[in-house]
Amino acid sequence: MNDSPMYTKDHPRWLRSRVSTYWWLERSAYLTFILRELSSIFVAWFVVYLLVLVRAVSQGEGSYQQFLEWSRSPAVLFLNLVSLIFVVFHAVTWFNLAPRAMVVHLAGRRVPGVWIAASNYIAWVLSSAVVAWLLLGE
Amino acid sequence: MPKRSIEPLLWLVFSAGGVVAALLIPSLLFVFGLAFPLGWLSPPSHERLLGILEHPLTRAVVFLLCTLSLFHWAHRFRYTLYDGLQIKHLNELINLLCYGGAIVGTVVAGYLLLQVP
Repeated sequence: MNDSPMYTKDHPRWLRSRVSTYWWLERSAYLTFILRELSSIFVAWFVVYLLVLVRAVSQGEGSYQQFLEWSRSPAVLFLNLVSLIFVVFHAVTWFNLAPRAMVVHLAGRRVPGVWIAASNYIAWVLSSAVVAWLLLGE
Repeated sequence: MPKRSIEPLLWLVFSAGGVVAALLIPSLLFVFGLAFPLGWLSPPSHERLLGILEHPLTRAVVFLLCTLSLFHWAHRFRYTLYDGLQIKHLNELINLLCYGGAIVGTVVAGYLLLQVP
């Protein structure tokens, strides 16, 4: 097999049945997979949102107030709510997969997967705490 | 000699982006996307936010968050289109739009972060 996911120009007629374009609707596990992959769109949207905020803050008080006003509009709120659901879904699936992607040995023994997942969740809590500490309070 | 593939590098950036996105985006999106607009929490003053952004470490973290997350999106979205919709004949165009978009976004992020007074 060719390792790059390209079509070869001429290939023999493979004996295989055609897969429906909507194959991912056939099973809930497939649907979960495709939804997890689609979370990347909302990750990209957040980067856009964050950069709009950065720009507004550098332009001054007035622009920042305008940004806050814009962030209150129903369409933006709705998009951010959907994005948050997808981004949390990304985070949870990502951390749960970490033990399978990472094999860590300590003192000649394999660190149990639960520990690796747990350390990811701890890192999540700590980084969220830093964000809260920076942005909230007086 | 085997032809070197850029794929492992793209996967590494995808993976790094997945980690930073998972660690930082939920909390940031929650406060800036819902909690401040809906008045659950009071947003920081402009002065305070500017002070945070002025710090080189903040800007480095924001820059890395932006660029790695965009490459994460590019890689994942490319394969979503590839597997999900099976539009393989548009492969080159999709690659160009995904990775090209991530590169453009990285440049824009760098520019905007340098503009912070």
